[in-house]
Amino acid sequence: MSSRRSRSRQSAGSGITDDQIAELVTRLQQLLPEIRSRCSDKVSASKVLQETCNYIRSLHREVDDLSERLSELLATSDNAQAAIIRSLLTQ
Amino acid sequence: MTNPGGLRSSFARIFLRSLSRINSGRVSSSRGRTLPKHRSISIAAYASMASAVGTRRAWSREVLRRIRRGGARRASRRTSEFPVGRKGRKEPGNGKKLKKEAGDGNEGSSIQGMRKKLRRLVPGGEGMEFHRLLAETAHYIKCLKTQVGVMRSIADYYTPV
Repeated sequence: MSSRRSRSRQSAGSGITDDQIAELVTRLQQLLPEIRSRCSDKVSASKVLQETCNYIRSLHREVDDLSERLSELLATSDNAQAAIIRSLLTQ
Repeated sequence: MTNPGGLRSSFARIFLRSLSRINSGRVSSSRGRTLPKHRSISIAAYASMASAVGTRRAWSREVLRRIRRGGARRASRRTSEFPVGRKGRKEPGNGKKLKKEAGDGNEGSSIQGMRKKLRRLVPGGEGMEFHRLLAETAHYIKCLKTQVGVMRSIADYYTPV
């Protein structure tokens, strides 16, 4: 991981300031469902990153679960194609 | 930034097309391996989302690249979640990293650890600058949420009441 150098907060060689990073972290925070409801000022960056990782993983799990559900549903539905087209039009 | 309504419909359109392809049995499985259906669907979901986003994001480019390279395992984000062997290296390295993050004010070691995890979770996150990684993560999460929403709507639509 040779990029460790540039990842350090102290290096401003790439022109990215701490403020910009903090702003990005705040933006990430807005997307997370749990932290949004809590007092946003006191959340540390590491907590935001941790929640982000957990959130991404849970989203992946949801995709998997929904895929399983869809695979079962599609198998049993015989007019699946017509229904798919119908739902396409109503989107 | 992006128009979420547009993304949602683009993704839904592409994904539904893939779904009907999978359903009619016209799935091309590379290397002659037959994928279980739910696997095809989950890969189709990520692929459809990456296609809907296009190539203007690094993570979507990476997803499309993985899928074109073929192989279910590569296309799946699971490869990024198997750092089990490599994770052990983080522990002894923490002492050194603490010194670098001295001016942080936060728990320095866990930020480094989280950065690594994030890099693995977000496709293409390995070679990025940190600020870039954060921006990509934000977009990735937004798209994942859209993806889950559409998939859920489809599943609800088909669920017999």
